[in-house]
Amino acid sequence: MTRSLAVRLALLAPPLAFFALFFAYPVAAIVGRGLRADGAWRFGAAGEVLTDPDLAGVLWFTCWQAAASTALTLALALPGAYVFARLDFPGKRLLHAVVAVPFVLPTVVVGAAFLALLGRGGLLDELWGVRLDNTVWAILLAHVFFNYAVVVRTVGGLWAQLDPRQEEAARVLGAGRFAAWRRVTLPALAPALAAAGLLVFLFTFTSFGVVQILGGPRYATLEVEIYRQTAQLLDLPTAAVLTLLQFAAVAALLVVHGRLVRRREGTLALRDPATTAHRPTGRAQWALLGGVLTVIGALLVLPLAVLVERSLSTPDGYGLTHYRALTGTESGTLAVAPWEAVGTSLRYAAVATVIALLVGGLAAVALTRRGRGPLRGVDALLMLPLGTSAVTVGFGFLIALDEPPLDLRSSWLLVPLAQALVGAPFVVRALLPVLRAVDDRLRQAAAVLGASPWRAWREVDLPLARRALLVAAGFAFAVSLGEFGATVFIARADSPTLPVAVARLLGRPGELNYGQAMALSTVLMLVCAVTLLALERLRPARSTEML
Amino acid sequence: MHRSHPGRARPRRAAVLVTALGLAVLTGCGGGSDDASGGEGDEVVLVTHDSFEIPQEVLDTFTEETGYRVRTLRGGDAGVVVNQAVLSAGNPQGDVLFGVDNTLLSRALDAGVFTPHESAGLASVPEEYQLDAGQHRVTPIDTGDICVNYDRGYFAEHDLAPPETLDELVDPAYRDLLVVENAATSSPGLGFLLATVDAYGEDGWQEYWQRLAENGVEVVDGWEQAYYERFSGAGGSSGDRPLVVSYASSPPAEVAFGGESEELPAEAPTGVSTGTCFRQIEFAGLLDGAAHPEGGRALLDFLLTDTFQRELPMSMFVNPVVETELPEVFTRYGVTVDEPWSVEPAAIAEHREEWVDAWTSLVVR
Repeated sequence: MTRSLAVRLALLAPPLAFFALFFAYPVAAIVGRGLRADGAWRFGAAGEVLTDPDLAGVLWFTCWQAAASTALTLALALPGAYVFARLDFPGKRLLHAVVAVPFVLPTVVVGAAFLALLGRGGLLDELWGVRLDNTVWAILLAHVFFNYAVVVRTVGGLWAQLDPRQEEAARVLGAGRFAAWRRVTLPALAPALAAAGLLVFLFTFTSFGVVQILGGPRYATLEVEIYRQTAQLLDLPTAAVLTLLQFAAVAALLVVHGRLVRRREGTLALRDPATTAHRPTGRAQWALLGGVLTVIGALLVLPLAVLVERSLSTPDGYGLTHYRALTGTESGTLAVAPWEAVGTSLRYAAVATVIALLVGGLAAVALTRRGRGPLRGVDALLMLPLGTSAVTVGFGFLIALDEPPLDLRSSWLLVPLAQALVGAPFVVRALLPVLRAVDDRLRQAAAVLGASPWRAWREVDLPLARRALLVAAGFAFAVSLGEFGATVFIARADSPTLPVAVARLLGRPGELNYGQAMALSTVLMLVCAVTLLALERLRPARSTEML
Repeated sequence: MHRSHPGRARPRRAAVLVTALGLAVLTGCGGGSDDASGGEGDEVVLVTHDSFEIPQEVLDTFTEETGYRVRTLRGGDAGVVVNQAVLSAGNPQGDVLFGVDNTLLSRALDAGVFTPHESAGLASVPEEYQLDAGQHRVTPIDTGDICVNYDRGYFAEHDLAPPETLDELVDPAYRDLLVVENAATSSPGLGFLLATVDAYGEDGWQEYWQRLAENGVEVVDGWEQAYYERFSGAGGSSGDRPLVVSYASSPPAEVAFGGESEELPAEAPTGVSTGTCFRQIEFAGLLDGAAHPEGGRALLDFLLTDTFQRELPMSMFVNPVVETELPEVFTRYGVTVDEPWSVEPAAIAEHREEWVDAWTSLVVR
């Protein structure tokens, strides 16, 4: 036992070092700068900030919109998770990739697309005279748009590997369709469900761009307030108190989640996903498929289609003018051809993915065996960056990593590091439920047959987790590709990444700039879709040899 | 478990993926280290905001003349960049900071971000722009005016004269026509608020905004939403408000980036209400504790040369501080704002938060 603990600690050392150096230390530095003055702690500031009546309003709004967004996302996306896990239909892989595209698009672009649908003169306005801009509904729908894939991928990923025969057995024993699902499948899905719900809540709790653009200036989340205090007013004491408050909220959330998962998580007999899906049979399944496709069409594809439409729209009708302009510098705003941003983004995202896979993968392997004692809570710790304001991390980098040998402030590496910080928790979340669901008797059997622990891991865990690993890599890559928050607060030496280039083009007047921004967003969208599709293809096509 | 070995094919695919990613990493590293190591010692690092844009040929000219190679570090908008400089005062990220404007100047000067340097070309810069003339900690580089823009088409169609002054904006004839940006998060939004503070005084601007609110002013969060989504005059826009807070240089930009045919139109599709303008002056300064102070001084001098100044209008859509020949789209479609509104940097630093908070509770909540 102690030896295995030592192995796990050794495995955990790199992720923990990464976390400490590139997250805990910078954030502590910036919070400390806010709370200390002339060598003394000023906790009086905390009292002042916390008793501000405006803050109560901000906190209340932050919480309830996150809860409502999570509920709505789960309600709309769970049928989708089922359809993708259990049903086979033409174009499934393409659609599976497409639903993840919104997740990586910069909010400034998505905001524009949503306004075109929900705002004045938008589709809803034209059809029914309904305007949703500057309402909470616009915020909630955009949150579903962004997070649909989180639920489909996290829950669907596990669902596809559950043995359907268990549910069939329950039905043979007399349980109704729903009862069988509720008592057999739902408990097995609980860890993934909790993980997905938690992620969605985290993202919407810390929502920034969506709330600003679609809700108008009237609505503010805690994250918006932290941004305003740090980036606009440079009121570090207030920002520090708000950051700690957000930490407390996120930590409480993670503790609850940890309990939930520990209670429900069980060892499951996992099967290859290819064997569990079948073509829809019966009216109910066809209706479900139709419903899911309608939701995806209306909520996800339509806003994306608006982007494409705008990128093709020129003063002389539809054409490729804006795309052609991307390759040159003469007619645009950027000194480098906007096209180069694609290469920069791909390079950064690749580096970030490797870092995230290393960090997150090692952590997941080390945490596979649920421990009592020192390792409990480590996975929650690795999630903290997702609940931390990008401006806090960015400014923390600036003042913490400013002395050799760690003066990374002007290094290109800082951007992928910040991206990996956001990507690593996805890797842990995607791998851990699957690794933990591996039947330990398989490992024991391997050991009995003479396999070393490494060999047993390689022959048992790795093959079973390969799909999760690909999902993790895909997500980490896509997140890095679209990451805008942290990168915008870090000084960057290279040519801009795709989201930054889009934001810069959008910051200038002129139809050509706008059109190029839309064209570049479409390119970002396509690059993501192709990446995700490629990962879909990597998944084993026929793997009946397993078990 | 493994009944047979066909499964062996799959680890190879995973290996292909890992190798591909690894190669990408290597190319990534290669690209990065080239930037870091080339021309050691002769480098000068320019810290600036995301709107900084200048053709590489111009920077190459600087290298030819002085031997220093310019590396640009961009970090967010002007506010973020200045705050970063304040946080790293004494141990800066680079040598020269470009992009601190008069709304942020006091914050930077008070934090001791800059070290004095009197630029060679300063004599030809009008005194009204030299806000730190006593100490030369910053050098004025360009100016721009934040003004209400109007959609010519709308006003022609409705046979209505576009508003020219702040007073006219509260006229019921212009009810529900104006869209402005959030002063708390957007720099044109803050500029327009400051224009009203200067025009109506510290005691009167709140009453003015009250009337503006009663006249149906719409507030959105950022310039992008205001200009592209709400303003009816932007090319290809579906907005329906013919008045927006933007820049005096927006009409020339509309023409230059209009995407229309080669021929220049008779007039720009949008116009500027010249009585509503707040003047922004952008400065550059040598960062205190810079690693390459000599190169930094040379770069500061270069920023005032004709070579650099004449690129400013078309690259960043701002006005040069040194008199140079302006490009045709500027002379034909731009306006000169003779008496812009302005507020002392020290007063902005002192009251900014208070004004923005008062404005927020007045107009937004």
